[in-house]
Amino acid sequence: MSREDDPSRPTAALLSALGRSTWPLVVPIAGLLLWWLGTKDKPASLVPPPVEVGRALWDLAAGGLYDDAFSATLPTHLVASVSRVYGGFLLAALIGVPLGLMIGRIAVVRSMFEPSLQILRPVPVTAWLPLAMILFGIGPRSAFFLVFLGAFYPVLVNTIFGVRSVDPRLFEAASMLGATSSAIFPKVVLPAALPSIFTGLRLGLGFAWVVIVVGEMTGVQTGLGAIIMEARQLSRTEIVIAGMVVIGIAGFISDQFV
Amino acid sequence: MPDALPILEIAGLSKTYKTRAGEIPALSNASLTIDKGEFVCLIGASGCGKSTLLRLIGGFETPTAGGVKMWDALVTGPGPDRGIVFQDYALFPWLTVRGNIAFGPKARGLSRKEVRAASDRFIEMVGLARFADAYPHQLSGGMRQRVAIARVLANDTQVILMDEPFGALDAMTRERLQEDLLELWQRTQLTVIFVTHAIEEAILLADRVVVMTPAPGRIQSDNHVALARPRDVASPEFNSVRRELSRLLVSHTTKPLTAARPLLRALP
Repeated sequence: MSREDDPSRPTAALLSALGRSTWPLVVPIAGLLLWWLGTKDKPASLVPPPVEVGRALWDLAAGGLYDDAFSATLPTHLVASVSRVYGGFLLAALIGVPLGLMIGRIAVVRSMFEPSLQILRPVPVTAWLPLAMILFGIGPRSAFFLVFLGAFYPVLVNTIFGVRSVDPRLFEAASMLGATSSAIFPKVVLPAALPSIFTGLRLGLGFAWVVIVVGEMTGVQTGLGAIIMEARQLSRTEIVIAGMVVIGIAGFISDQFV
Repeated sequence: MPDALPILEIAGLSKTYKTRAGEIPALSNASLTIDKGEFVCLIGASGCGKSTLLRLIGGFETPTAGGVKMWDALVTGPGPDRGIVFQDYALFPWLTVRGNIAFGPKARGLSRKEVRAASDRFIEMVGLARFADAYPHQLSGGMRQRVAIARVLANDTQVILMDEPFGALDAMTRERLQEDLLELWQRTQLTVIFVTHAIEEAILLADRVVVMTPAPGRIQSDNHVALARPRDVASPEFNSVRRELSRLLVSHTTKPLTAARPLLRALP
């Protein structure tokens, strides 16, 4: 019987698709179950049960349940955070990629910049917070700067790596084939380094999401990080967790685009 | 009897590398004259300077002494007139077969139509028409080497430099490519300088076998192979040439060859 006539093939395909989409659900469902069991019948628990987080999430998004300062404010905060994440990331890419290309390619630029950059690299974004607020004041500009810092290093380091790890043979092949030395950069270095540059961009965007919470501790009024911090101070832990969930989903979606 | 200008004139060529461990004389006082259309093999053990000599001809290194002249003009750097085929192919991984072969013509500024015509012609010549849009990582070693050869040919190259090009391939692919290379050479009448450490390969392919010895790297002897083509690897004549070359390779002396070796005639 030929493959097209075989009646069990569509069923097999369906089953395998079902299998593929079921496995990823196992861990979250197990986690939710554990969480629910851990907070069941414990009214004094500091960790809110999943149902409460679900309600808080709903209220944040659509309102109508609690009618407090957080209700239906999710779109505003989401937009604010997304604009800072992408803004900071784009700035990091616009500076990090060209700088990385130059450091990778030109020895003099490398000797000038690399030691300083290596010293600054281990400093966590959190430690920059006070200085950022002094330099840029309270508000969105400091947040922007901190997000930029978070995204900058992955982009820079991966770009430099991409440029430096081009097989030297390819330069010889290119000049042997008649490429002038000015053509080597666009025709060989750039295409060869592109995969690493893209890795750097993905990592940079990911880091931008990670630091958005810290970035928004700079006294901004809107943003997912801002409401997480505010909710923490009010002991509204269910909103903290709801905020974390939104950041996780937003970060995941944005990674799909890069 | 060549009365025309030789295509390559190598005179007193030396290359010494300065390292922290001291000076390494990779090549010492090499002199060679090569005529257009010759197939010359450089053979020798590791460290004899054969790759260094090839790279100097290619213009990838500058000599410490002496020089290489092509058509009586000094070689100062790499260029399309001396194409090189590497052992590790050095194809551009982000370009297809066609893209790799078109790289040279594009770099020289040919029109789109000319680039297309050139790449088509040479893809066909090396038998890869079916794989024109494949990427290097999708090809076998033998196919990659064909692309490397086509890439060089597409540039109106006059001299093909080959640095142990078939070393990384299995025996059957190597044989196939050797046959194809000979056919290509006879058809295009290009000058070929082929580096290898395999005596059999050198005798099979070359008109001339230049034996090099190490410490310091130098040319020990320059020998014309007087076997009729196509050459039979299993014939007694082939084997007597092979024995003689083996002897030369380990002799490390500069004794000239005796006259009692008609099949392997020393060149003056």
